[in-house]
Amino acid sequence: MIHLEKRPQPSRAWALMTPVIAVIVTMIAGGLLFAALGKNPIEAIRTIFYDPLFGEFSFYYRPQLLVKGGPLILIAIGLSLGFRAGIWNIGAEGQYIVGAICGAAAGLAFYPMESIVIFPLMIFFGALGGLIWAMIPALLKVKFGTNEILVSLMLVYVAEQLLASMSLGLLKNPEGFGFPGSRNFQSYDSAHNAELITGTGMHWGVVAAFIAVIFSYILLNKHILGYNIRLTGEAPRAARFGGVNPTRLVLFCMGASGALAGLAGLFEVAGPAGQVSIDFNVGYGFTAIIVAFLGRLHPVGILLAGLLMALTYIGGDIAQSSLSLPSAAIQVFQGMLLFFLLALDVLTNFRIRFATKGAA
Amino acid sequence: MDLSAINPVLLIASLMVAATPLLLAAIGELVVEKAGVLNLGVEGMMIIGAICGFAIAVETTNPYLGLLAAMAGGAVLSLLFAFLTQVALANQVASGLALTLFGLGLSALMGQSYVGIKPPAMAKLDIPFLTDLPIIGPILFGHDPVLYVGLALTAATWALLKYSRLGLILRAVGENHEAAHALGYHVVRTRVLAILFGGACAGLGGAYISLIRVPQWTEGMTAGIGWIALALVVFASWKPWRVLLGAYLFGGINVLQLNLQAAGVAIPVEYLAMSPYLITILVLVIMSADKSRAPASLGRIFHASQ
Amino acid sequence: MKLTKLLASAALVAGLATTAMAEKTKVGFVYVGPVGDGGWTYEHDQGRKAVVAEFGDDVETVYVENVPEGPDAERVMTQMALEGADLIFTTSFGYMDQTINVAKKFPKVKFEHATGYKTADNVSVYSARFYEGRAVQGHIAGKMTESNIIGYIASFPIPEVIRGINSAYIHAKKVNPDVEFKIIWAYTWFDPAKEADAAKALIEQGADVILQHTDSTAPQAAAQAAGNVVTFGQASDMSEYAPFPRVSSIIDDWAPYYIARTKAVMDGTWSTANTWDGIGAGMVGIGEISDRVPADVKAEAMAMVESLASGDYHAFTGPLKKQDGSDWLAEGETADDGTLAGMNFYVEGIVGDVPN
Repeated sequence: MIHLEKRPQPSRAWALMTPVIAVIVTMIAGGLLFAALGKNPIEAIRTIFYDPLFGEFSFYYRPQLLVKGGPLILIAIGLSLGFRAGIWNIGAEGQYIVGAICGAAAGLAFYPMESIVIFPLMIFFGALGGLIWAMIPALLKVKFGTNEILVSLMLVYVAEQLLASMSLGLLKNPEGFGFPGSRNFQSYDSAHNAELITGTGMHWGVVAAFIAVIFSYILLNKHILGYNIRLTGEAPRAARFGGVNPTRLVLFCMGASGALAGLAGLFEVAGPAGQVSIDFNVGYGFTAIIVAFLGRLHPVGILLAGLLMALTYIGGDIAQSSLSLPSAAIQVFQGMLLFFLLALDVLTNFRIRFATKGAA
Repeated sequence: MDLSAINPVLLIASLMVAATPLLLAAIGELVVEKAGVLNLGVEGMMIIGAICGFAIAVETTNPYLGLLAAMAGGAVLSLLFAFLTQVALANQVASGLALTLFGLGLSALMGQSYVGIKPPAMAKLDIPFLTDLPIIGPILFGHDPVLYVGLALTAATWALLKYSRLGLILRAVGENHEAAHALGYHVVRTRVLAILFGGACAGLGGAYISLIRVPQWTEGMTAGIGWIALALVVFASWKPWRVLLGAYLFGGINVLQLNLQAAGVAIPVEYLAMSPYLITILVLVIMSADKSRAPASLGRIFHASQ
Repeated sequence: MKLTKLLASAALVAGLATTAMAEKTKVGFVYVGPVGDGGWTYEHDQGRKAVVAEFGDDVETVYVENVPEGPDAERVMTQMALEGADLIFTTSFGYMDQTINVAKKFPKVKFEHATGYKTADNVSVYSARFYEGRAVQGHIAGKMTESNIIGYIASFPIPEVIRGINSAYIHAKKVNPDVEFKIIWAYTWFDPAKEADAAKALIEQGADVILQHTDSTAPQAAAQAAGNVVTFGQASDMSEYAPFPRVSSIIDDWAPYYIARTKAVMDGTWSTANTWDGIGAGMVGIGEISDRVPADVKAEAMAMVESLASGDYHAFTGPLKKQDGSDWLAEGETADDGTLAGMNFYVEGIVGDVPN
């Protein structure tokens, strides 16, 4: 009989090793899939993982990793705080949308005025929008004990409808010939979240993501609040006896994750995306949940996981055009990567024991 | 505006059809959640069911074999989730999301050669005298067989949960897995079976869309119905009959808004489309004060430490 | 070195490399949906295949599907340009600003943006006058309806869709003054289940002709189940539902345009264009009118197709009034493209408001 035995301490070695093993196993399984589709597996794997980083045009793709990974990391960092404390905000997609709408509305309200205060104001309203949207499940949980997983998920759909309504109505570009979608921020200097250094992919959203990683690291390791978060997640009763105020913790974790998701939405709408449109959200809020878990809820892990996800997206698109792999195959490949990463994580916390029958 | 154009009998008959995929998927998920497992991969299992059912129905020209294949397909996919969460003890939220991503991709790969094909039709119930009855004929006796399966499944699930020993075990496992384990119940085995059941139901719900309600195959055709099913379980506070009611309400709001538009009533479509979710949140809040809470072990990982 | 320079020189190198290897013209396609959607993207991909069939080994095509509008689209376009594409078709309205951005960085690469309105030295726009097809549909629908109720499943309230509704209505009304349109806004381009429900709602309220501006066959199936309801294929021919309920269709046929533009790049004659082609140029195809349409109606419809194709007849010809009763087009006057492109009003007689 095989059984699992809980380790007294999560194994650091396995925590570092499992992601590497998972990626290798995925490459093998994915290679088989690509071979089954009639493609050269080695070439396909190389195209997805190697070309964006070191290929001929990597000078372009490397910055794109930041553009694609930035919002994922920013949102995932926020979520990881709550996840650590057992507070499940899975509605980041909604907070991302509302943050983008609020921030964009703040910017568009001043159009065509140019002023240096506009962009900071947009950032403020973006964060505020996400914060408010996350506060709904937080307050309901605190006041009535309502399940935050479900409320935050429901609010994603509400936010999506709100987005459609805004793109077709209030925020529609008056000079857009009746087409849905707002004005483009890329042609409104004061409100544009432009690349900070040309060709690096760095925009304020990426900067914010890096700052969030650092802050979260300090918070979790050096600050009493971070200690309380970890304690609540690992031993809720001990935390309560230890004087941790659960209400405040819920409000803080939900609020922080909402605000960061809102920020991510604002930076995206004002920068790379450029405008509020019906299909503005592309699932970053949900992908970020996966990123948070892939990163083992650790700030540095999330940073790497976000970049890895971004790599599979970018490499996947390259493989589509250069090898004619269908996008569905890329999706399956990403799914496999997640499965292996999740499945192998068990080795971090448990030891596999082969016991003879009767001994157990 | 011409409200008299809306025929209430036909409206009810239509909303029953619209509600069926939701109902099937939600009943499956209800059992899963009752066992203390939160599987967010419903959408992925539904779309796999949709393509498995469609492909087999087309290949064999037998829609019933297609439905069976759909259930098998959904169950096989859910086995992946069961392995991740019950054996490898992975986080359920992340595993469920991964399952949806994987299912959407895999279904698209499987379905590449089935675009633009018409599946074999499934006969509707036609009982000589009963189906022709006014009002109750079209509502009660004029549907496809799967719709009745959905209703029967609801009743069976209710009876099973309430009266059978199996139901008792399921609930015990969902409420407090440590205690259930101490009493000698097989927590993991029960949960795996519940997950498989959920997968089969979701698969059937998906095939209902691709074989009966639409019927055609296209990538991503479930278009978010699996997510609504998740909401529905909560809305129903984990009670089978309320799932039925909720499915009719959710399906009904959509059918009703389309009917109102057709009748020329100017309605703010986006805001109406929000309403089921807002209502669900409201129900959740009211319910939190009530006794009928979520299963206590919902989403928590169980590991028997001997 | 500045990035634009770097990109340009890289493109140059890549371009030289490909020309040196084989004199192939490389054409890229960016798709918003999956090629298996059976509608919009599927038809663009048919166009791509036609290019391959036409030029064989002289051309290499690449495509990326499911590309979200936004930064991903910009990245995929850049990627194609870097890999040496000579011509890139971007096939969704939402790619407009991204196409312009990328085109600026790659002045040597030609871009073709579908359904947009922004052009540049190396960016053309192209779109189809689907409303011409709608006119033919409206005519057949007006003749064939017995309940005088025509159902219309619309997607989003944008000019393209509103134009279609107006065109169909004008021509249905012309042959059947009692005709009434019931319009449902589905707020989706593609959601088979919702389209099925919408079609059913319309049929239950007495519509015996269904026109759709969404891409799935769900309304066709609903009509077939109902028995006596006429439908028209949308985007693709949907001939699996012919000869009834589907009596005709509007087909997006991008092949002639894609072939012509690829040829122009090969010959070095490509220049910026603003193409808005209809039935005449073959961009809008009218699917075979089935025998379930009475012979005289079919003949009239065919005649209309002819006159639209030759340009003798314009689908928006006065006298026409707007819904509020104000004059729009005087007797014999035809609508100008500017008004059509931004159309946001119903013509006189349609009941209800354009949602806002």
